[in-house]
Amino acid sequence: MTEIEPRKSAAPAPTSWDYAPAPESRDVVTLRERYGHFIGGRWVEPQETYTTISPATEETLGEVGQATPDEVNAAVGAARDAFSNGWSALPGSERAKYLFRIARILQERSREFAVLESLNGGKPIKESRDVDLPLAAAHFFYYAGWADKLEYAFPNRRPQPVGVAGQIIPWNFPLLMLAWKIAPALACGNTVVLKPAETTPLSALLFCDVVQQAELPPGVVNIVTGDGRTGGALVTHEGVDKIAFTGSTEVGKAIQRELAGTGKKLTLELGGKAANVIFDDAALDQAVEGIVNGIYFNQGHVCCAGSRLLVQESIYEQLIGKLKRRLTTLRVGDPLDKNTDVGAINSRMQLDKIEELVAAGKDEGAEIYQPPCTLPEKGYWFVPTVFTNVAQSYRIAQEEIFGPVLSVLTFRTPDEAVEKANNTMYGLSAGVWTEKGSRILAMAQRLRAGVVWANTYNRFDPASPFGGYRESGFGREGGRHGLEPYLRFDE
Amino acid sequence: MTRLPVRKTYKLFIGGSFPRSESGRTYEAEGQNVARASRKDVRDAVRAARSAFPKWAALTAYNRGQVLYRLAEMLESRASELAELCSGREEVERSIDRIVWYAGWADKLPQVLGSSNPVSGPYFNFTMPEPTGVVGVVVPDEPPLLALVSRLAPALVGGNAVVLLASETHPLAAIELTEAIATSDVPGGVVNVLTGYRGELAPWLAAHMDVNALDLTGADGQVAELERAAADSVKRVHRATGDVQSPWEIAAFLELKTVWHPIGL
Repeated sequence: MTEIEPRKSAAPAPTSWDYAPAPESRDVVTLRERYGHFIGGRWVEPQETYTTISPATEETLGEVGQATPDEVNAAVGAARDAFSNGWSALPGSERAKYLFRIARILQERSREFAVLESLNGGKPIKESRDVDLPLAAAHFFYYAGWADKLEYAFPNRRPQPVGVAGQIIPWNFPLLMLAWKIAPALACGNTVVLKPAETTPLSALLFCDVVQQAELPPGVVNIVTGDGRTGGALVTHEGVDKIAFTGSTEVGKAIQRELAGTGKKLTLELGGKAANVIFDDAALDQAVEGIVNGIYFNQGHVCCAGSRLLVQESIYEQLIGKLKRRLTTLRVGDPLDKNTDVGAINSRMQLDKIEELVAAGKDEGAEIYQPPCTLPEKGYWFVPTVFTNVAQSYRIAQEEIFGPVLSVLTFRTPDEAVEKANNTMYGLSAGVWTEKGSRILAMAQRLRAGVVWANTYNRFDPASPFGGYRESGFGREGGRHGLEPYLRFDE
Repeated sequence: MTRLPVRKTYKLFIGGSFPRSESGRTYEAEGQNVARASRKDVRDAVRAARSAFPKWAALTAYNRGQVLYRLAEMLESRASELAELCSGREEVERSIDRIVWYAGWADKLPQVLGSSNPVSGPYFNFTMPEPTGVVGVVVPDEPPLLALVSRLAPALVGGNAVVLLASETHPLAAIELTEAIATSDVPGGVVNVLTGYRGELAPWLAAHMDVNALDLTGADGQVAELERAAADSVKRVHRATGDVQSPWEIAAFLELKTVWHPIGL
């Protein structure tokens, strides 16, 4: 950082530019020292607690509850009471108005939420401000409108609420995932017990203020915090009618196993290892932006991240050159700085996992590229990374890294691209870049994935169904299709 | 001298042909010796289904509907034989009509289930159903033919390839059906039928990593065990209730794919 000097005549043009720090103010957020569980419309003092931190600085942000089976039981009980005592019988038009209220309050308080989200989760403020918050509010708006129109979404099927939904969400988009879960559940007349991720509970806890502000009847939304033990207690609770889980494939399988034979409804949104396929006729500069957005958005903590780049051989050198050049311009650092492109890794545990897989990539023979980059001393960080010379069998081409690490493979023909793209156990998303319309549609048909982005990547919208094929899970969130998991039909 | 009739050997139906069980074993059901499939037969059937799946799924919906309608024609011509293997003529007629009903859905359900999605941005966005892949079906025992057809038709019309575990106690209707299938236009491997002990076969089918979905309608008493096994590859598990004929039975074995593309000049 240099001071701007007084203008001199015939001064040479500057040869390098630097960004001035542009930190978003933290003052907009008021942290409490200790948070309870939100059960039956009020705060309940937790029996056990743990500390939640900022992954960018490792500073303690507060004490939060580690919910015990008893506390989960109380939350499920409150949800059941609220379901039976009015919420499910409320006219859809009234439920809608509560959801509209929540959407409006989220918009009004979006700055506060965005800062808190970046503080607790490590994601750049640019993203929490421009992606997470607007989308979360939009999700409530979208599903609010469905609440009194369910009979039109499912004609002749007499849609009914399921009951109490247990919802477990991940740490990569804490508030947005909460919105994806709570908005459709409430629109359909259910009540919920939601458990935010262990490392990112604060935005869900702030959301409880919104629930109170909106005067939602007590018990319609209950939030309990804690680690996997709390999630386990929720999954196995007999009073829960439906489980919605977003997270790792490993935990998803454990939940499916746990629910075997119970007849409980289940939706799973799990991991991915998406292929982003670049054909030689693609608009390369746009494709490079799409690749960067695909894998470095939110530090690569995205289940649908384009983590496998498939490049047609004829443009390989050119594209990789452009990509590496683009990587040098990414700004890694303080999540609260408005110029930051890549923030902090969410937790020590996640950083360990990324480091382990990156080491495996090197060991297996892939070539690593990382742009020059100065990382902050405290906190959890990982430099945006590209692996070239990757074979399909390498762990970095098969396993979800969930970090800013791209594995590059090549192909010659469209058939080979499809074969390689589909060669994982996952099937959440895929990207295809080509100027040829018929090829876009052919690829879109043949890629075994729930979402296909053509000449774009990582776009989300409440009206657009999202969810996976194969081991990426089942059920859809978003759109009319996202209502179905929260309904039963009296046919 | 009276003529000695030529007896039928009851065999499996895998990949469009009629092999005996790899194990060479049989068991007795409905007064006949019926092939008792082994877990290797389960694997062979899944492999046959996986190989047949891409072409079947890639047929036009209109074409798949016609293939199913042709199957109904084949059953009509075997109505008398089938009637002897189930509760009678009425069950056969209901089964045939049910296939015709499902055949008609082939090119209509995508319009009911799909959507174009009004996203807030310059993108064209649509959602369309696609088949799940290989579906393993545990067929209920009763009614012998109608239950079989009711579980087969919805998975098939959606574009899936199917491995059926026939009823252990009433396998003959299933075997007769395979003979009709073999003479219809259903490509080899799209439908595979195994006879044998359900308790022995179903766990292998449920745990097979290349099976995408399970229909456990006929899996009484084994449901929890099979659902647990299904979790190892995140299989979609469906159980129908009662004698149901519904487009949502087809939807149970469909995936929804959403495609985005920017709009611009």
